[in-house]
Amino acid sequence: MGAFLFYLYAIIACGAAIAVVLNQNVVRMAFWLVVSLSSVSFLFFMLDADFVGATQLLIYVGGTVVLLIFGVMLTSSGPYKTIKSSPAELVQSCIIGLAFLALISSTVFSVDWEANERRLAEFEHEAAHIHDHEHGVGHADHHHREDHSVAYGYNAEKEGNTTRSLGTALLGVRFDKDLGTTGHHGEAKLSTGYLLPFEIVSVHLLVVLIGAAYLARAKRRVEIQDA
Amino acid sequence: MDGISLNLFLGVGALLFVCGVLCMTTKRNAIGVLMGVELVLNGANINLVAFSKYGTLGLDGQIMSLFVIVLAAAEAAVALAIVLSFYNNHRTVDVDQASELNG
Amino acid sequence: MNSFLLATTIENWIEGGSIWPLDLIFSLAPAGVWAAIIHTALVGAFFGLPAGVLIWAERKVAGRIQDRLGPTRVGGRFGWLQTLADGAKLIQKEDLAPDAADKMLFRLAPYIVVVSSFAAFMFLPFSEGLVAVAMDAGLFIALAVLSIEVLGIVLAGYASGSKWSLFGGMREAAQMVSYEVPLGITAVIPVVVAGSLNLGEIAQIQSGGIQNWIIFHNPFTFFAFFVFFTVTLASNKRAPFDLAEAESELVGGFHTEYSGMRWSFFFLAEYASMFFVSALGAILFLGGWWTGVPVFESLFESIAGTLAWILGGTLSLLGVSASSDYLAICFGRMIGMTVLLAKAGLLVVVQIWIRWTLPRLRIEQVMTTCLKYLVPMSCFLFLGTVLWPLVLMTALGRTSLVDWDSVGERVPIPQQTVVAPVKPDTEAADEEAENISDELNDDSVTQLDVVSANAVSGGSE
Repeated sequence: MGAFLFYLYAIIACGAAIAVVLNQNVVRMAFWLVVSLSSVSFLFFMLDADFVGATQLLIYVGGTVVLLIFGVMLTSSGPYKTIKSSPAELVQSCIIGLAFLALISSTVFSVDWEANERRLAEFEHEAAHIHDHEHGVGHADHHHREDHSVAYGYNAEKEGNTTRSLGTALLGVRFDKDLGTTGHHGEAKLSTGYLLPFEIVSVHLLVVLIGAAYLARAKRRVEIQDA
Repeated sequence: MDGISLNLFLGVGALLFVCGVLCMTTKRNAIGVLMGVELVLNGANINLVAFSKYGTLGLDGQIMSLFVIVLAAAEAAVALAIVLSFYNNHRTVDVDQASELNG
Repeated sequence: MNSFLLATTIENWIEGGSIWPLDLIFSLAPAGVWAAIIHTALVGAFFGLPAGVLIWAERKVAGRIQDRLGPTRVGGRFGWLQTLADGAKLIQKEDLAPDAADKMLFRLAPYIVVVSSFAAFMFLPFSEGLVAVAMDAGLFIALAVLSIEVLGIVLAGYASGSKWSLFGGMREAAQMVSYEVPLGITAVIPVVVAGSLNLGEIAQIQSGGIQNWIIFHNPFTFFAFFVFFTVTLASNKRAPFDLAEAESELVGGFHTEYSGMRWSFFFLAEYASMFFVSALGAILFLGGWWTGVPVFESLFESIAGTLAWILGGTLSLLGVSASSDYLAICFGRMIGMTVLLAKAGLLVVVQIWIRWTLPRLRIEQVMTTCLKYLVPMSCFLFLGTVLWPLVLMTALGRTSLVDWDSVGERVPIPQQTVVAPVKPDTEAADEEAENISDELNDDSVTQLDVVSANAVSGGSE
């Protein structure tokens, strides 16, 4: 079931991305972009990243793409006007693109991620073992607790409910990393959160808001009439 | 999710990335170029979130992708404002026409 | 508590073997598929039926407001079946696409609208645990999915190849992109009060008396509800903000060129999302599925108990064993659902009432209302809600104005699970607290554990 859904959304995402490249009409491109971005958000849901998927839907699909279409409407001078690239350019870009794709995928597939993953898992397991040992909490107790939290109708974090942890991480507190882990000498271990980047992004957004409003403001000029 | 490896997600990410790059290079419409940028950023996002699940990245990957999404939205807003401004000056959104700085 | 009723556990229920006649059917396909089918069917019912009823209600209310009777003939005295007759008529109509249209986008646009509006219902809890997809980010994702609706309307406006449609689409795009901002901010206000984005939890903390409803939590939330309601009017393109389809100026706006079923899809989606945002408003501000009167709650509980007793007895006569506690929970939740539907229906009637009372604004008035009034207001109300408990704490030493149970002290226990998963019952929680304090004694644990342990034992007493 999971594998089927993955292939479905992966194929839709890739197909729509290719359609974006091949289409010449901007609004159709925007439509295919929406299809691609929504499928990517479903992939995010499958990767247990609910909040990121929702953000993707809200900001990209609901915000950015509507903005783009709005831009198309404001800037198109005729109905369904397309600015075409020449076929030679298209062929060139196809060749370069395929070469690029081959490069990236050969790089990706040549890495043995699974071995890497196993190594990291072992490392994590050891860390968890040390932690349990230090606190005298058995594995059975862990499972017991998890079962209860699921049976109560609220999903555990591993099922993608990362909102709370993400929020606290953005405020500089890492429950997901620090809780229940201690350093070598038994002192509380504190990871760094993302408070500073969060603040920077907030200020950046404000600057962008003002800047975009300034750039796009209606200028009353005379030459528009004779243009 | 059994049988789905990290590689498959990375493959999807790579394909989106390449499509985005192609979009950026071949489109002459400024808004088309913007869409290419969105695709590129999405390809990167898939990688970040996939590593967040399959690797030991934990939530860091998701947080990074959130920042990417937010910055992409900001980028789109500014770029669209520039496109509108360009359209006001040149009555077109063809990026090949933006050649004044050639001298 | 039986797992069947819980949010994401229909799949588990099917896997774990169900009652006799059903398990034969369920063995035909994987449990996940059946769970998906059941969820979709139920959500589809709640998507379609309210829309049908509301279209009839719109006609009746409009008629009464204009001193007419409204539909009276189809399906008896009150015209109950008018919507069905409309639907039958619309299905028969020819499905036209104008020559100037971008055919593919023109055909697809209504589906985008209807699918996004339908998908939003997946995240709406109808009663405690009666939700297709229970997520911690439930509210956020519901709003996200709902916001895709705009895209369909903008595409419809653009692809029709008609000036009226294009104007409608552009107005809609401008209006929606602006109104998303106050909608988001006012929807976050109850989240600040409840401390959760999970719609089920937000509704759950409003149990008990009416003073526990978030709208009465503080003066800022009280005004926030009205801002939220205004913004939802605009986000559903309801009058006085229905610029996208302003009949007097734009013929039909974005749907000028549409006919038959595609046209009716827009309206199905509009009425469904009217109902959706009303239910959302009821959950966020108006106590969700709680009546707000403790007497009624206990009355409903005894009614549910009686019904369960009767049904359980009947079933046991037929040889099917069913726990009557379990049935009582079922009926209790059904009653809760009725309460929520009644509240949402009331809000929809207010929306209809406003539509037939207020004249339409001009487009620049719509934008002024949003950007110059609603956005600053919602920001101010948000700030006020954040500061309110702090100010009260400094001034009075407690977090509520009157000495009722404050909301923060009734945060449900499972909310703490992210910090430290605990057993739901009191004994277990106490045990857990002891456990953690034991851990504290022999080892240094982060302060967080202590906090959560206190909160848990405080919350469960």
